[in-house]
Amino acid sequence: MARIRVVLDFPKWLVEQPVTCRLIRDYDLEVNILKAKVTPREEGRLVIEVSGKKKSLDKGMDYLKDIGIRVTPLAQDINFQEDRCTHCTYCVSLCPVGAFDVDRGIMEVTFDKEKCILCEQCVKICPYKAIRIQF
Amino acid sequence: MPKTISEINERIKKGEAVVVTAEEIIDLKEEKGVKKIVEEVDVVTTATFGPMCSSGAYFNIGHTKPKIKIGGGRAYLNDVPVYTGIAAMDIYIGATALPDDDPRNKIHPGEFRYGGGHVIEDLVSGKDVRLVVSAYGTDCYPRRTLETLINIKDINEAVLLNPRNAYQNYNVAVNTSGKTIYTYMGLLHPNMANATYCSSGQLSPLLNDPLYKTIGIGTRIFLGGGIGYVYFWGTQHNPGVPRTDKGVPRCPAGTLAVCGDLKQMNREFLRGVSMYGYGVTLAVGIGVPIPILNEEILEYTLIRDEDIYAPVVDYSEAYPYGKGEVLGEVNYKDLKSGKIVVQGKEIKTSGLSSYAKAREIAGILKDWILKGKFLLTQPVAPFPGHESGYKFRPLVERR
Repeated sequence: MARIRVVLDFPKWLVEQPVTCRLIRDYDLEVNILKAKVTPREEGRLVIEVSGKKKSLDKGMDYLKDIGIRVTPLAQDINFQEDRCTHCTYCVSLCPVGAFDVDRGIMEVTFDKEKCILCEQCVKICPYKAIRIQF
Repeated sequence: MPKTISEINERIKKGEAVVVTAEEIIDLKEEKGVKKIVEEVDVVTTATFGPMCSSGAYFNIGHTKPKIKIGGGRAYLNDVPVYTGIAAMDIYIGATALPDDDPRNKIHPGEFRYGGGHVIEDLVSGKDVRLVVSAYGTDCYPRRTLETLINIKDINEAVLLNPRNAYQNYNVAVNTSGKTIYTYMGLLHPNMANATYCSSGQLSPLLNDPLYKTIGIGTRIFLGGGIGYVYFWGTQHNPGVPRTDKGVPRCPAGTLAVCGDLKQMNREFLRGVSMYGYGVTLAVGIGVPIPILNEEILEYTLIRDEDIYAPVVDYSEAYPYGKGEVLGEVNYKDLKSGKIVVQGKEIKTSGLSSYAKAREIAGILKDWILKGKFLLTQPVAPFPGHESGYKFRPLVERR
């Protein structure tokens, strides 16, 4: 079994395609939608966690790319800038999935990319703009 | 035997002074006991780092040819308006100032990406900043407009001048309403789903000298990475609040007004802050040395997070409408653990003040003193104390 988290960017003409359904039915994958958004100009963005056999996973991702969807591994999409972070811990209790942790002895904040679901809550609220999303 | 500040300074100059941080002294007490420490330890360093809105800086830009009188005109640094109601080439920028065209909260919640605090951070980082001036012109100052880049290394004075910093204790903020609110204490989810606090607790300067026995007007301090001074008590100084039997205030109390040469400071300890839905400000790092002159002063510095209590205040109702209601009291040990219990409900907590930065500052100040680079001062005058009757009053509106 393999598992990946990816960001899918859909051009306008693909927004109405039932891609998650095809990943499940045709490629035998489990799909968990972490975040979905259609912007005013109707491009779509979907953050999903996909698991299944390694081979099926690769084929599924190839299918997405072939029909014109940009597939980016989630971990590459968020950037925690340690030189900007002051370790105030403000983000810690606001992150819905606990991607930020505090070493309570020294009160320093660490960020676990693997847990991040790209909800962008921290990007908005960090007083020091220490978390950036790169598109 | 009681010590004097000049005796301690002699030891600092000889490299013999014993200096520990306000965190280290707590462990030392367990190890050695009070009687022994009071003889051995000369200085305890305290510190804080957090957003402090009553902050700003003044500059003397240097005269142009022909001359221009900014005083009474309008001026901007990177589009952020500055105060010009002083002499020809002096300007003051406040931490919370916003560009005229910032949408503020018109689209709520506003982002507040850049303002006065960020200009100060850019200047101390050595970046060029754009100065734009429009003036009315006089016979002696004929020029009317000016647009130029300035850099902190080229201008005359650059002085950080903060009328209120380093609050002695602070509220813990929650939201009891049914909708999310955006405050200077951060984003607060409805139904008390989260709480925020803002103090370095056991490291905080005025919590280690709760009755202002050593900190006063003229005290030399660590400010923003350089050396600064306490020039007065801070605005809203409110010493007469309820205190524990050890004299520690149970709510916001004393404050410091501080100043220092901005040219010596650096961005590690002066940072622009954007509070989503609220505004901009400046995070300031402050470190204050406490001379251990006698056992009483030592006892105050032994304060631990679990002995410092802060009031839990509802920022959807009690705070904005000045109702003075308190939902409960919690201590800093619990606040720093990540959860507190208020009225039987467990609530996640987050800081706004950085304890990690405060530890770093207390360590740097300790190092400066150990190396003989920083000497202690006797205050020129004391602050109004807890029994002085001095207090923070609300405005009475009149017509």
